[in-house]
Amino acid sequence: MTIGLSHYLILAAILFSISIAGIVINRKNIIILLMSIELMLLAVNLNFIAFSHYLDDLAGQVFVFFILTVAAAEAAIGLAILVVLFRNKGSINIDDISELRG
Amino acid sequence: MIEAIVFYFFAVLSVTTATVVVTVRNPILAALFLVLTFFASAAIWMTLEAEFLAITLVLVYVGAVMVLFLFVVMMLDINIARMREGFSRVLPLGIVVAVIMLALMWSVVTSDIFSLEVMVKPAPRAADYSNTKALGGVLYTDYVFAFEVAAVILLVAIIAAISLTMRKRPQTRYQNPSDQIKVQKADRLRIVKMPSSGEES
Repeated sequence: MTIGLSHYLILAAILFSISIAGIVINRKNIIILLMSIELMLLAVNLNFIAFSHYLDDLAGQVFVFFILTVAAAEAAIGLAILVVLFRNKGSINIDDISELRG
Repeated sequence: MIEAIVFYFFAVLSVTTATVVVTVRNPILAALFLVLTFFASAAIWMTLEAEFLAITLVLVYVGAVMVLFLFVVMMLDINIARMREGFSRVLPLGIVVAVIMLALMWSVVTSDIFSLEVMVKPAPRAADYSNTKALGGVLYTDYVFAFEVAAVILLVAIIAAISLTMRKRPQTRYQNPSDQIKVQKADRLRIVKMPSSGEES
């Protein structure tokens, strides 16, 4: 049996769905939310690489390279914001963050 | 056959560990399982002949991003019990959303245009084919502008992360190098003329 393109696409779809479920069920926990976003980007990268392999085009891998760059920057800034938030509020619970009344 | 075994092993591994990441109680365990997910995905990328990106995934994600996550998780004092409240209440909703999303994507990706007859599996590369070299060949020519933009993005991220987390602590004593260099002999040493007291006896 040969592993076709749809196998990889299904695997990426499953990973993406798991991370969407993670965002829904962990909406109080910012750290797990950030991890779910990383997982989502990973699923997208898997799609890019699978298409790049089966279409024999390196552009997909170049895209993944840039997505990795942006994801690393996003994680660094997101965690820095989290640290500042914890320093100011003493908590990273989403309920403590919301300040707007109305 | 062997590639099917490898694919299914790492596919099952990555799906299980990803499920653990979003459901586990302890954020540190979640980060460690996410590392395992990245390793399994790197192995799958390896079977797709994207060797450079597989190694980059392990180096950048496991080596840098996940270590950063672990640092932050261990640095903050997190109340896990409050984080978990409402977990079992929204769990069915999360599963429903995920199943709907998966069903939609499944119906797209299992269509005939992605089947093996249309998308033929390419022949394996020769042993002396270098994925890194090929990637560098397009990265530094066709995509050089995007590459430089990526460099600027990383610079902005460095400056943003440092400037966000840097703070002055008033109780901490700092050295001031310019004051240390500018210091004169007169600032530190004072010569006092006084009569000696030992000569009279």
